[in-house]
Amino acid sequence: MGEFTMKDTIILAIETSCDETAAAIIRNGTEIISNVVASQIESQKRFGGVVPEIASRHHVEQITIVIEEALEKANMQPSDLTAVAVTEGPGLVGALLIGINAAKAFAFVHNLPIIGVHHIAGHIYANALVQPMQFPLLALVVSGGHTELVLMKEHGSFEVIGETRDDAAGEAYDKVARVLNMPYPGGPHIDRLAHEADEAVEFPRAWLEDSYDFSFSGLKSAVINYKHNMDQRGEEINPAHVARGFQESVVEVLTTKTLRAAKEYNVKQVIAAGGVSANKGLRTSLEQVFEQEGIAFTVPPLKLCTDNAAMIGAAASYMYEAGVRGELSMNGVPGKELKSW
Amino acid sequence: MIWLGIETSNAPLSIAVVKDGQVLIEIVQNLKLTHSVTVMPTIQELLEKVNLKPSDIDGIAVSEGPGSYTGLRIGVTVAKTIAWSLKKPVVGVSSLKVLAANAQLFNGIICSLFDARRQNVYAASYTENLSETVIEEQHISIDELLEKLKEMSKPVMFVGLDVAIFKEKIVECLGELAYFAPTSLQLPRASKLIELVQNEPLPSVEEIHSFVPKYHRIAQAEAEWIKEQKRGNQ
Ligand SMILES: [Zn+2]
Repeated sequence: MGEFTMKDTIILAIETSCDETAAAIIRNGTEIISNVVASQIESQKRFGGVVPEIASRHHVEQITIVIEEALEKANMQPSDLTAVAVTEGPGLVGALLIGINAAKAFAFVHNLPIIGVHHIAGHIYANALVQPMQFPLLALVVSGGHTELVLMKEHGSFEVIGETRDDAAGEAYDKVARVLNMPYPGGPHIDRLAHEADEAVEFPRAWLEDSYDFSFSGLKSAVINYKHNMDQRGEEINPAHVARGFQESVVEVLTTKTLRAAKEYNVKQVIAAGGVSANKGLRTSLEQVFEQEGIAFTVPPLKLCTDNAAMIGAAASYMYEAGVRGELSMNGVPGKELKSW
Repeated sequence: MIWLGIETSNAPLSIAVVKDGQVLIEIVQNLKLTHSVTVMPTIQELLEKVNLKPSDIDGIAVSEGPGSYTGLRIGVTVAKTIAWSLKKPVVGVSSLKVLAANAQLFNGIICSLFDARRQNVYAASYTENLSETVIEEQHISIDELLEKLKEMSKPVMFVGLDVAIFKEKIVECLGELAYFAPTSLQLPRASKLIELVQNEPLPSVEEIHSFVPKYHRIAQAEAEWIKEQKRGNQ
């Protein structure tokens, strides 16, 4: 009988759910060995948003390049790997399919198990790469496609307690940025302008009382109407004042609801995840209230907030330990639900 | 030399394993299943049946287009990832040529086509044994294609599942010069794909990264963007 030795879990992770082609190698769910992201922002900027067909075409061009780079930067061979992980959904179906089929082909050739990861679970587990997660935990996931409050009682347990009923927060940012004639992606521009502004235009807040759900389409319409009315009166709008007013409304609703949920569920830790958690206004506001409440609050560094494969590898490491395995028949699931594993 | 062939350019699926010019196994199906679900399990199943490991593969041939954008991407992504993982060459073959190869013994012109909607097709035409290309593969209106074929005043064999959509129009234009491939020849075969390339010089493995489908059309959004740029420059 051979001697039992502890072996590292080394995961190659692939993420292609939207417009980033990404691959990463993660050790034991906590350590980033390599993290490669090929962004399409330069190409997609022309269209003022992500065009699915263009995104899919770019993924095919980049996919083997990013996987190779992830292995090279980690100085690893396929034989060093424990498993291959890939984003199964949600996301753009054509884009998801590139990562999934590359992951399956790679796993097949090297006889490795494959693990399909939920994109939002990935965003949440980006935090495991920064510090250990403490349960019960509340995650505010905000991005171009999502605005969700997720309660976790332990690893692999997810309960969505609130979600957007219409636009995602990031989507509202992009649409308002377009109204203000800012280039895509609009979020960072609005954030910067809002900080420069000395005044704010007052916009409504959608509270949806008795619920942790969100709604941002009314706010977006209010901004559009405001500009329309000013245009009709022949008055110039002050983009900075609009940006600040818009951002204050978004941030106040997100912060208040997250705080209320954190208290109700008596959580030990609150984390922010997703591209919009890079927003300075939101970060500062959340940091302040949770410091006052004495609840631990973390946001991963910027490059782990936006889409990346390291977060997919982090989640997959815990899934691997829990015995989760996928099949070679795995398909992209654009509207995949967040379920416990 | 062991070849793996992958054909997913349209709804049908075909996978083949060919060893030293002999077809060991081939599957051709027209079940309208999602390629993303079927391709990898089928490759695994066929290799198991012929007792080969993935590492036994020496080269991969894949249909590179034209066809369904998603179908092409799945085939090409699987082909290039397996090829890159094994450090073995991947060769792209025209999906129209593969289809035309089914009727390569026809003494006349062989025209393969796929429906591209709004009375357009992806089509190409070849002479017997595919020795010469008489109409380059392209995105073209069915009327224009038929006019070109009519001018050649030779018998034409039409190949492809989508030919049925245009049958009436074809007969109307070409009359007795029009021939239609029997149903057993309407589906692309991955073994044909390999047959078409196995004697050609192989591309280097360095070229795998840049291997992409031949869509024959730029994306709608890009076409509109280019139009707008031109307008802006005037
Ligand atoms: Zn995301």
